[in-house]
Amino acid sequence: MIVAVTGASGYLGGAVAAALVADGHEVRTLQRRPSGVDGATDFLGSVTDAALVREAFTGAEGVIHLAAKVSLAGDPAEFDRVNVDGTRVVLDAAESAGVSRFVHISSPSVAHAGSALAGVGAEPASPQDARGEYARTKAQSELLALARDSDAMAVVAIRPHLVWGPGDPQLVARIVDRARRGRLPLLDGGRALIDTTYIDNAASGIVAALRRADVAHGRAFVLTNGEPRPVGELLAGICTASGVRPPAWSLPAGIARAVGSLIERVWAVRPGTDEPPMTRFLAEQLSTAHWFDQRATREALDWAPTVTLDEGLRRLAAHR
Amino acid sequence: MSALTTPLPAGLPDIDPSWSRVVRVADSATGDAHDWHLLDTAGALDRLGVSPVGTILAVHGNPTWSYLWRRIVGASVEAAATGAPAWRVIAVDQLNMGFSARTGAPRTLQQRVSDLGDLTDELGLAGPVVTLGHDWGGVVALGWAVDHPELLAGITSLNTAVHHPEGVPIPAPLRLATARGVLATSTVTTPAFLEATLALARPALAPEVKDAYRAPYRSAADRSGIGAFVADIPVDDGDASFGELRRIAAGVSMLTVPALLLWGPDDPIFGDRYLDDLVDRLPHADVHRFEGAGHLIAEDRPYADAVLTWLADRVAPGAAAPLATRDAHPPIDDAPYAPLWSALDRRREDDADAIIDMAARGGRTRHVSWRRLDDRVRRIAAGLASGGVRRGQRVSVLVPPGPTLTAVIYACLRIGAVVVVADAGLGVRGLSRAVRGAWPDVVIGEVKGLAAAKTLGWPGVRISTATLPWASRRALGVSHSLAKIAARGTGASLPAEPSPDDLAAILYTSGSTGPAKGVRYTHRQLSAVRDVLAAHFAITEETGLVTGFAPFALLGPALGTRSATPDMDVSAPRTLTARAVAAAVRAADARMVFLSPAAILNVVATAGELTDDDRDALAEVATFLSTGAPVGEPLLAATAALMPNAEPHTPYGMTECLLVTDITLDGIRASATAPDRGVCVGVPIGSNRVLISALDSGGRPVGPPASEPGVLGEVVISARHLKSSYDRLWLTDRAAADNTPDDGGRWHRTGDVGHLDAQGRLWIDGRLPHVLTTADGPVAPVGPEQELERSGRVRRAAVVGVGPEGLRQAVAVVETVPAVSRPGLAPADLAAELRALSSLSLVAVLTVPELPTDIRHNSKIDRRRLSMWADATLAGGRMGRP
Repeated sequence: MIVAVTGASGYLGGAVAAALVADGHEVRTLQRRPSGVDGATDFLGSVTDAALVREAFTGAEGVIHLAAKVSLAGDPAEFDRVNVDGTRVVLDAAESAGVSRFVHISSPSVAHAGSALAGVGAEPASPQDARGEYARTKAQSELLALARDSDAMAVVAIRPHLVWGPGDPQLVARIVDRARRGRLPLLDGGRALIDTTYIDNAASGIVAALRRADVAHGRAFVLTNGEPRPVGELLAGICTASGVRPPAWSLPAGIARAVGSLIERVWAVRPGTDEPPMTRFLAEQLSTAHWFDQRATREALDWAPTVTLDEGLRRLAAHR
Repeated sequence: MSALTTPLPAGLPDIDPSWSRVVRVADSATGDAHDWHLLDTAGALDRLGVSPVGTILAVHGNPTWSYLWRRIVGASVEAAATGAPAWRVIAVDQLNMGFSARTGAPRTLQQRVSDLGDLTDELGLAGPVVTLGHDWGGVVALGWAVDHPELLAGITSLNTAVHHPEGVPIPAPLRLATARGVLATSTVTTPAFLEATLALARPALAPEVKDAYRAPYRSAADRSGIGAFVADIPVDDGDASFGELRRIAAGVSMLTVPALLLWGPDDPIFGDRYLDDLVDRLPHADVHRFEGAGHLIAEDRPYADAVLTWLADRVAPGAAAPLATRDAHPPIDDAPYAPLWSALDRRREDDADAIIDMAARGGRTRHVSWRRLDDRVRRIAAGLASGGVRRGQRVSVLVPPGPTLTAVIYACLRIGAVVVVADAGLGVRGLSRAVRGAWPDVVIGEVKGLAAAKTLGWPGVRISTATLPWASRRALGVSHSLAKIAARGTGASLPAEPSPDDLAAILYTSGSTGPAKGVRYTHRQLSAVRDVLAAHFAITEETGLVTGFAPFALLGPALGTRSATPDMDVSAPRTLTARAVAAAVRAADARMVFLSPAAILNVVATAGELTDDDRDALAEVATFLSTGAPVGEPLLAATAALMPNAEPHTPYGMTECLLVTDITLDGIRASATAPDRGVCVGVPIGSNRVLISALDSGGRPVGPPASEPGVLGEVVISARHLKSSYDRLWLTDRAAADNTPDDGGRWHRTGDVGHLDAQGRLWIDGRLPHVLTTADGPVAPVGPEQELERSGRVRRAAVVGVGPEGLRQAVAVVETVPAVSRPGLAPADLAAELRALSSLSLVAVLTVPELPTDIRHNSKIDRRRLSMWADATLAGGRMGRP
């Protein structure tokens, strides 16, 4: 089928587009910079450019919408413009182009506000409870997307949790960078159980959502490897595989949250190009459990991860 | 009957206003009419279109009201809606109480009983009726029951009392409340009595529930009934209501309808003393003591489900005959029966050694012949009988193992007294809970045990094993010494022997899996323990035993063969040395040795001290038994090396059934090559039967018990020597026999999880509450733990679950070699090694200095506690010690 992918210059978007090409689909990619995906046709520009989006979607059967502003800090208006307005433009264009399968990529943070999560499912998105601009605007856009689910267009929302892998410029690069600079603490000894998603599994799960949209439509699913690990063990594994020393210093989580929230405020006043070293959100992410019930996801998507955490770390090390 | 508007305020929690009604009733004595408020489900059942099979008539106590019964009112309607037999519930507010009329004058107990009769007459209540009462309402309900035999189908009660023994002070809280002056202030002028009662709930009541209880008692005038009720409590025959109470108590003793008593033992007023009195009056009653519940048991525990379940079992059409209910199962056993003391009878003229006690204080060896043992047992038995100890009375024995304990136990059994045995390993609190739960009539103990009895206020007449000076006797409340009892019994005749199906003993469980439970054995079942042991191990008069594990010292005389207890501190098995075992083997010319796992450790550790003579003696041993907790192959093999001609056995059993299966060292070695997980405990002994009730995906043992190999489930057993029931734990009894084969045998759910293999061997995989309900199905911990213990860096491992039920994630918690000093995440290399060894996907590996372990067996890991600790730790919470 013809599938349009937004945000394919991103790490996950590129992997999804490549997976679709490999499956024999005709793939169109829409983003500001070239996607670099062999075999896909690039449409360069912003998702807020309605004309461009319509052009890219013409004749498409499926859309996978990944384009978003992903950051821990930044101007709230910019988050709204890209994540909320952009999603509306993409949905409108998909409807008018007669797209029948629409996969909206969301985030587990749309439904949770920082408390420990142990084995929960995909609760409804809640913009008013979300922490930070990213989570708030992603919650709004997920609600927008699911509201468009109809007989003509099946909409599924997928919330991958902490995607990582070789060449990952987000999680892995940041962890390695912080660890190298000694800025990555293990909060409370790094014992909180965190579930993550290896890049290939995230891509195959999203492709599965496109395939199963007729069954799974109208719902949101958290997507992970289903292998929770203590966060300290994960960070150490990623650091070791990447050839840097794992973090050794430990900070009580309460102090880290307080410091993080202070730094966040200072950064808001004096925004720089760099991201703050520790935000309240990050402190919570690193010190409380985040793992999910994958039973509904696997059943609805008729999918299971193919790369284990340990295999992923091996691939990460081999990539170096 | 008139339709009056309900006085019930709106919005009370758990109350459907449509249950509330007011009925005007004329007092049969005076003709005065009073308005009664009641909760009545007749209308609700009518709307459901069902007709009731009977009525539950519920009477609250003081200072509550019919709100107390809201759960059974609600639950009975719900049950009827789902098609279960419909019971109408009428829960009254007694006059001057709740939302019923204030009559302007106090009402005596006699009036209250007659008031209730007037109400049921007015309602035209037809049978069958089952009464339900609480507190002083229990007395009123029982009074109604005694007066309405033609309507009565059963009686049920929560904490109450119909008799107070003379010479025993009434409970302190009531002494205070009934004292002149205090009475009016505490009960009427202020709501102190009401508030104190509401504060008895465990856990505490929700504020809105407390408020609902207060609703009819807002003003002093509204509370006048509370004060009058307390003032009417009959303390002695000077009180107006004493005669009525005595009449009711006598009437209750005559009742033969099914009876259920649900009890909260932590009640400062209606304590276990009153339960014991009710059990004496209603020996056929089903009794359940909810450990940890108190006076407001209706708030503390799911009494409503218990009552409805019991009604279905015992009262509803098709239920079991009322008087066949004393024990969970009627005994069906046609094997020949010989009482436990029959060998004593047989060898009473024999001067050979029966007991060789090398553990006696001072290091000297004490020899007791069969003749002397039999004589001592007879004298103590006759002395106890002539001192008034009757068949069926309970005797708590707080005597350390040794010839005196043996003599006392056989004497009690001989006269039909029920021996209550709780292990000191329970700790003082556990022991105290056990003794109070059994409510013995007599306590026989050493000074230490008697001092505990005195300090902790245990019941019972006290008999000291030693002859004490007058001052100590008085201080300990001791009425007799054992020597005096025996002297009194010299030459006296013995009472008739108890019958085989009389209760013989109550043995307490270890309490490592919840509060210790009393396990009841009849004489027939105790004798069966002896018979199965003798048959399985071919024990004859000539065998000779060395009993390094105290419980088996008691069985020597029953087996008719001499037994030697080696030189050791019998309460500390790890003091036993290899030389002491050898000396005992020599002294008793023994062919069979019993040791506990803790003793084995030290025996192996001290093997280097053995002389050639010692080794020669040990070479004569033909059978060696490790009993208690399972021991591993290496330890068993090391012990076997000391007794080269002995076949080592390690049987599997529990307090409820001491010998279920047995395996030899060779059997353990053979099982090592099997692909099965868990600990192989061998095949059933003798005619025992072992089946498996398969677990469902939620870890519940719902499968019909079957012998199919490879199926993980709860181990379900049947044996001649299986216990008869649990003591005063009707619901536990019912659960233990639930969904077991209906083949006339007695069956028991063990709470152990395991599987059978194709050769019929039983493998134990863990305890039911320790099963992890993962997304891939239930996982029992023992097998996965064994995988981890293959690592040389792991001393002991526990596998527990974190996260929600049905989605539990497996976590390994290990003791390491060398030990860590504080808990934490395992280092990466250890975590990787253990993950590689494990067949489970371990989300985390935690190391701890020591796993929480039960003291008594020094082997049972408290996995429930560990799981809660791991859950909090891995959620990112603060890390304490497990």
